[in-house]
Amino acid sequence: MKTVVENVTCTFCGCLCDDITVEVEDNRISRVRRACANGRGIFLDYDPTPKKPTVAGREVEWEDAVAAAAEILVRADSPLIYGLSSSACEAQRKAIELADLIGAIVDTTSSVCHGPTGLAMQAVGEPTATLGEVRNRADLLIFWGCNPAASHLRHFERYSLNAQGTLVPNGRRDRTMVVFDVRPTATAKAADQFFQVLPDSDFEVLAALRALVQGKEIESDSVGGIPLGRLRDLTERMKACRFGVFFMGMGLTMSRARDINVRELFALTAQLNEFTRFIVIPMRGHGNVAGADQVLTWQSGYPFAVSYARGYPQYGPGEFSAVDVLVREEADAALILASDPVAHFPHAAAMQLKRIPTIVIDPVVNLTADTAQVFFPTCCYGVDAEGVSYRMDNVPIRLRGALPTVRPTDESVLDAIIETVKRC
Amino acid sequence: MSENFILVTGRTVKQASGLHKGKDTDAYRRAVTVVEMNPEDMARLGIGEGRLVRLHTSAGQMEAPVHAGALPLKMVFIPMGPEANKLVGPETDGTGMPSFKGLTVEVEPA
Repeated sequence: MKTVVENVTCTFCGCLCDDITVEVEDNRISRVRRACANGRGIFLDYDPTPKKPTVAGREVEWEDAVAAAAEILVRADSPLIYGLSSSACEAQRKAIELADLIGAIVDTTSSVCHGPTGLAMQAVGEPTATLGEVRNRADLLIFWGCNPAASHLRHFERYSLNAQGTLVPNGRRDRTMVVFDVRPTATAKAADQFFQVLPDSDFEVLAALRALVQGKEIESDSVGGIPLGRLRDLTERMKACRFGVFFMGMGLTMSRARDINVRELFALTAQLNEFTRFIVIPMRGHGNVAGADQVLTWQSGYPFAVSYARGYPQYGPGEFSAVDVLVREEADAALILASDPVAHFPHAAAMQLKRIPTIVIDPVVNLTADTAQVFFPTCCYGVDAEGVSYRMDNVPIRLRGALPTVRPTDESVLDAIIETVKRC
Repeated sequence: MSENFILVTGRTVKQASGLHKGKDTDAYRRAVTVVEMNPEDMARLGIGEGRLVRLHTSAGQMEAPVHAGALPLKMVFIPMGPEANKLVGPETDGTGMPSFKGLTVEVEPA
């Protein structure tokens, strides 16, 4: 029998598109509508069949795997809990409770994503708004160091470029789109104006724009490879728009100056509010990485790179961030929740993760799970479990499960580990 | 003959759809084991479409087939993933974030 489930949320990226329709046959999703090429695999390629956990590559009963995981964590002097961003807030809360209990370092994929954005936010604040406001009001969209045409495929349609809104009823015709990037991406091709920045020159261009907004003179003919006249024209356009938005991405956070780039962009955004309404929204990658920031902040006071080793939360990007503690060989065990650092960390950090006992909780066998001492194959929030995730604009979205929950949830596995650790 | 290029890593649609198939599949491996380069750079280095190139940094090296892409001169793009990360050093300058973009890499025909 075929059933149709509407308004399912895709959890692949921070867009959290909540208008997906799926068809279910024989407890598998057989068809998906409206999901993009990046997200449809979450539904179509996921096999919800219950599987047993493994210890040292051999299938065991769930309680035995929980006991093995608890033993690893209790024996460790400096355990690391990492990931969190593709799980639901309910499980993130449990992961932090476990970190508090065992005195672990807890870090999320934010540290290799928008961690520098968090540092900038703490330094200068973040003038922001929801994607709903962008959809209904924004007439100037500036994408800086991000490529939604490859990473957030429905962003234009649902929230920005092509969306029709209350004050922009004609969608694309009512909006101007500008792109700053070091290369002419597919996103740049959709723009009215493309500014090709020389590599590692974003800070200089942003500083120049801040100066021009303040009416200061710049002696150079060009900045960061961009003629000054073009930057002057853009400055006037930014000041004259009705509602402007910066969408910013890894082009700023992963290149030289990292958080300093973002701080300059946030300061520019604040400055533009002397003339008009201007906001900035980071293009969050993982489906609930914004939720990981939220949950860790409400639990510990800090958004990522937190150590509970002293019995209270300490914040330390560079000190307690996952790549750093792995490369310095400080972590002697790791619990990885819903992420794949072996695939996405620098090689040296990935190799160290393979050398220490690792526990992985994830719906699928990824490169990290492949080498884990203990692996828990859990359900996938938004597909076969309910939960809450935060969209890139920090709006919480309730996830509906399209399939019945048969596998254990991340939350229930973490809860079982916590209870076992307490008895050790 | 080798030359220095600027490396940018990032998301591609093939990388994203490949990871759902499984990171042990050929679809994923092919999606993340590729180097994009400006056609003028390819001609100058004598590298044809689909030929293997070797990339080095102080962190490591990798080889992958090269394809012409819309890139500025002296820049290469590799999809995010374990191959690109062989070239990425672990230094985070006190932020937690390694340099996944803007690295200098040495490129030569394999």
